[in-house]
Amino acid sequence: MCGHCCNSDLSLLTEVFNDMNGNGDNLISVLQKAQDIYGYLPTDVLYEIAEKTGNSPAKVMGVATFYTQFRLKKVGKYLILLCKGTACHVNGADSIEKAICEELKIQDGDTTEDGLFSLKTVACLGCCSLSPVMMINEDTYGSLTPAKTVEILREIRGREAK
Amino acid sequence: MRIVIGEGSCGIAAGAGKVHTKLSSYLVNSDIEIGIAGCIGMCFLEPIVDIYDGKKLLKRLVKVKEEDTENIAVSLRNNDFEALKKYEISTEDSVFLEKQTRIALRRCGLIDPESIDAYTSDGGYSALKKALTSMSPEEVIEEIKISGLAGRGGAGFPTWFKWNAARNSEGTEKYLICNADEGDPGAFMDRAVIESDPHALIEGMLIGAYAIGAKNAFVYVRAEYPLAIIRLQKAINEAMEKGFLGNNILGTSFSCFLKIKAGAGAFVCGEETALIESLEGKRGMPRLKPPFPAEKGYENKPSNINNVETFANVAWIIENGGKAFSSMGTENSKGTKVFALTGKIKRGGLVEIPMGLTLREVIYDIGGGIRDDKEFKAVQLGGPSGGCIPKELLDTVIDYKALNATGAIMGSGGMVVMDEGTCMVNMARFFLDFTTKESCGKCVHCRIGTKRMFEILTRITEGNGKDGDIELLEELCDGIRSGALCGLGQTAPNPVLTTIKYFRHEYEAHINEKKCPAGECAALRTYHINEEKCKGCTLCAKKCPVNAISGKVKEAHIIDITKCIKCGQCKEVCRFDAVEIK
Repeated sequence: MCGHCCNSDLSLLTEVFNDMNGNGDNLISVLQKAQDIYGYLPTDVLYEIAEKTGNSPAKVMGVATFYTQFRLKKVGKYLILLCKGTACHVNGADSIEKAICEELKIQDGDTTEDGLFSLKTVACLGCCSLSPVMMINEDTYGSLTPAKTVEILREIRGREAK
Repeated sequence: MRIVIGEGSCGIAAGAGKVHTKLSSYLVNSDIEIGIAGCIGMCFLEPIVDIYDGKKLLKRLVKVKEEDTENIAVSLRNNDFEALKKYEISTEDSVFLEKQTRIALRRCGLIDPESIDAYTSDGGYSALKKALTSMSPEEVIEEIKISGLAGRGGAGFPTWFKWNAARNSEGTEKYLICNADEGDPGAFMDRAVIESDPHALIEGMLIGAYAIGAKNAFVYVRAEYPLAIIRLQKAINEAMEKGFLGNNILGTSFSCFLKIKAGAGAFVCGEETALIESLEGKRGMPRLKPPFPAEKGYENKPSNINNVETFANVAWIIENGGKAFSSMGTENSKGTKVFALTGKIKRGGLVEIPMGLTLREVIYDIGGGIRDDKEFKAVQLGGPSGGCIPKELLDTVIDYKALNATGAIMGSGGMVVMDEGTCMVNMARFFLDFTTKESCGKCVHCRIGTKRMFEILTRITEGNGKDGDIELLEELCDGIRSGALCGLGQTAPNPVLTTIKYFRHEYEAHINEKKCPAGECAALRTYHINEEKCKGCTLCAKKCPVNAISGKVKEAHIIDITKCIKCGQCKEVCRFDAVEIK
């Protein structure tokens, strides 16, 4: 990690640091805001945050890797959050994961080559009564079957191809 | 006339937002008002549209689809209620609500969660007024003591005791914290309360802050609940404007400020000391207790932490008196409890019942029993810290003591029902997979012990279980239970211990006979075709990726189990249900 190879536009962080002063804002909130700006947490951004918040890079990295919300890699245009909570498990979430992996040819945590889709399994989305459930960006899809899941993915891909 | 659409997260996921937009467009230029409410808890019937005349509910329309909206709008314009009959909730499904007693959820799904006026006109904030103007903090704590309210986050610790300890703790700067990091997979009670009645949480917290003497309060909400965060922030802003929050609340000397802190996704942060670490911007790793948070919590100042549902009960108790609350329930568990009823259940959703009902009453009378008329096998309570309760114990009453005696716990309220098709070994493996990932890594027993257990459970479900594996699991459980610092580790063995206790035969079948009795573990399945059911349509043979199926057209097919890779595609395509798992 050199911290200088990602060339992120660090000026975008100015506002985050300005907001931080006196507001009692902590490292987690700063990282959340940074991720909202860049879509993930590039290495140079982490170094910048370490410097401006007065933390060691190791501590910043420690926090960023502890919480599942933080991403250190770029994600695709469509982020699929597949719920693997208890209710979804009982209602067949594994078969949905298999269908997504086969259709997109990626594994959990990966992004498709064209940068369109990323897959991330999550503990629980709290929509248990619609299980199995997945979220694609802001939209929630419930009562999934493998066939229905593939149909949804193909529909998005078709829309994007136009 | 007013129509109200239930728009909690699951309602929206089921299409309530689209129904709302369509209805609005069809009802332009009519005198029918359209509003929203939170979640009524009948998730199995979403999207739900309620029709009111003033405060009176005239009709409840369920499972409303986008394409139904035009019809509904026309009927509403013509006052033709007869035409709405086909969308109306059935008497059978109405039982779901009728059998409940709602305190924490009393306004959920009934009022507009985005309007403080809706809350105050329904009597909201009157309990706060009562507490601030006619009760001392000690009297508030006494009332909570009388009520018998216990922490609804899972541990069931008496709320008054925590409040009292924080109140008596030295120091003038104290903090009140709400734990809304609802991490148990299969639980969504807290989300529903915040999304549907955020002011109930704020009011309960304010009363708590007054009781312990805190000027600053936080709500730690999990990041996976964006709608809850939006609605709570809106509620906080409105409460500030109306003088229910801020300096000199309701003209008294009591001041309190409330802030939201969004969690960043770590199950262990539901543990109170880990939550405090996270609030301070650090990795969420539990602290050694004592000192307890009541002495040294957030920023080393006295702090009190309660769960959302606990706070949601507070205003009701102050308003109606502690005795009214403690008159419900059993000897050792007072009041009501909210459960998120899910899994293989006919009617899934939010259920609030007085303590003392039996599991059977909740699952069968309220939940309607098992879906697709299958056989009930077990119910899982308390998420990764809880356990599975078998059929023989369905008449166990719901109270802290009775549930603990089964080896499960009350937990925060997740109640996942399983049928005959659920493998209990795989269920235990599922929870250990979860705890392995969520263990913060601080304690060796938890970090490595759960990993070893997960590996053993994995090999059992893959048909590689060895003689002595069950005993090894039990030994590990014992070690983790006594060697872990926090609740996550100490309770992590529960799913394994309860499944071994009640379903030992399933473990033995996996290990000794290499069979999964529920037919769920893929590696232990054998597929075969029922000759009588097979019509010889050849669909399965065409679909099979390894050409393991042979047979002539219109004649029964055969699967060569030496070639079969157990992918299950033949079963999926078969239209005659002829492919069976053994």
